Parts: sequence; C-alpha cells; structure tokens
Amino acid sequence: MSYVWAFLVGGLICVIGQLVFDLTVFTMGHVMVLFVVLGSVLTGLGLYEPLVKFAGAGASVPVSNFGYVLTSGVLKELELIGPWGALAGVFELGGGAIAAAIFFGFLFALLTRAKG
Amino acid sequence: MAQTKEQQKRAQEEYQRLARRHRPRPPLLRNALLAFLVGGAISAAGQGVLNFFVAQGLPPDKAGGPTAGVMVFLGAFLTALGVYDKIGQVGGAGSAIPITGFANSIVAAAIEFKTEGFVMGMAARMYQIAGPVITYGVTSAIVVGLLRFLIAGG
Repeated sequence: MSYVWAFLVGGLICVIGQLVFDLTVFTMGHVMVLFVVLGSVLTGLGLYEPLVKFAGAGASVPVSNFGYVLTSGVLKELELIGPWGALAGVFELGGGAIAAAIFFGFLFALLTRAKG
Repeated sequence: MAQTKEQQKRAQEEYQRLARRHRPRPPLLRNALLAFLVGGAISAAGQGVLNFFVAQGLPPDKAGGPTAGVMVFLGAFLTALGVYDKIGQVGGAGSAIPITGFANSIVAAAIEFKTEGFVMGMAARMYQIAGPVITYGVTSAIVVGLLRFLIAGG
C-alpha cells in the first residue's frame, strides 16, 4: 500500500511542477527553487510533516522535501540550543543528502567523459 | 564582435526565454501525464529503498536520510551513464523534481564544464542549479523556522 500512495503523491507533486513549467516562463531550475521554498513554507504551517507521514517517499523524494528537512532542522535546534540553532540546525537533518549530492555528483562527473 | 562565453550564454538564455513566450502552447495534458508517471515511478522506487531501510531496523523517521543518499547516488550514476537525461526528455518535471533530478543537475553541469578545468570549471559550475536550490532552501528554512518558533513556539 505504501507504494501506491508514494506513486500517487509523488506523481501529483511532479504534475504541479510540470504545469508551473508549461504555463509560466520559469525554467526547470526556477521550478525546483520554488518547490524547495514551498516545502519550507508548508513545514512552517505544519502541513508537510503529515504529508510525509501519509505518503512516505511520495513526499520525501521530491525536492520540496529539502525545504522540509532544512526547516525541521532549524526548528529542532532552536528548541534545543536557542537562537544559534536557527543557523546551526539548517544542515542537521538535510546535511547528509546535500553531502551525498556534492560527493557523488563530483565523483561521477570525474569518471564521465564530456560529450562531443 | 568578440563575445565572452558568459555573454553568449546570457544571450542564449534570453533567447530561450523569448522563444518560450512565443512558442505554441505545450501539450499540457500529455506533459502532465508523463510527469505523473515518471515522478510517481521514481517516488515508488524511493519507497522501496525506504522500506528496505525500515526492514533493516531503522525507525521510519531516521530512514529518510539514507534513502535520500541512495536516491542521490542513483541519480548521479544514471546521469553518468547517460540514462537520466533520456528519462528527463520524457518525464520533464517528473524527473527534475525528485531528488534524483537534483543529483542529475549537479552531475550534468559538472560534466558539461569539465573542459574548463577541474576547479573553476567543474567544481564551480556544478552548482548552477543546485546552488540556487540550496541558497533559497537555507534562507527560507531560517526565516520560516524563526517565524514558526516565535509565533507557535516550535
């Protein structure tokens, strides 16, 4: 059952992205930035966490999840250590994924020959 | 007239913007359906990875990190093989919005600028899309996090 909800919710989030791309002059980079900010704002409103609980990877695979984990990290550290947590908490939960993207991204690009 | 690469690129981007404004309406329904199928399939694959980590004994709220790591790895790997760009031609936002698309944006840009050197080419340009995503993500997280903490108390 978890697969069905992941497929439906993940798919629908991408449909919204596709519509924004097709109906505006935004590039795909703009759409990705928009979704990260939306994920962050929805987290602030307390709406993204229930979506992750409900849809699993359907909510945690789209880039909007970056906004969710970065904002959640800030909230967690604000509670634990106070004002410094607003900065120190940013990469607490999302740091692993960003490190993976930088490390694997660089590694695979090194191993690949440029086209043409 | 001699143009720097930067100017050429900017002119190209400007042209693409103009062209997008004047092109015939894209096949909305078809694009949306393909984005749904590809994005849904990638999310379902992510669910498989998540379920695997949970089956290994990780609590569900701790399994998201390693799942993201595996998906990023797969996105980077498939980009290096040249497969992900093909998926992207079909899936549009369905392949760009998932975290695999984030990895793809890094690897694709890094490969493209490899000829300009390993430092100011590859390492600098690989953040062409990832940079804005991280910058706006971090800024938004701090602002939204502080606002929520001050208004709702965490």
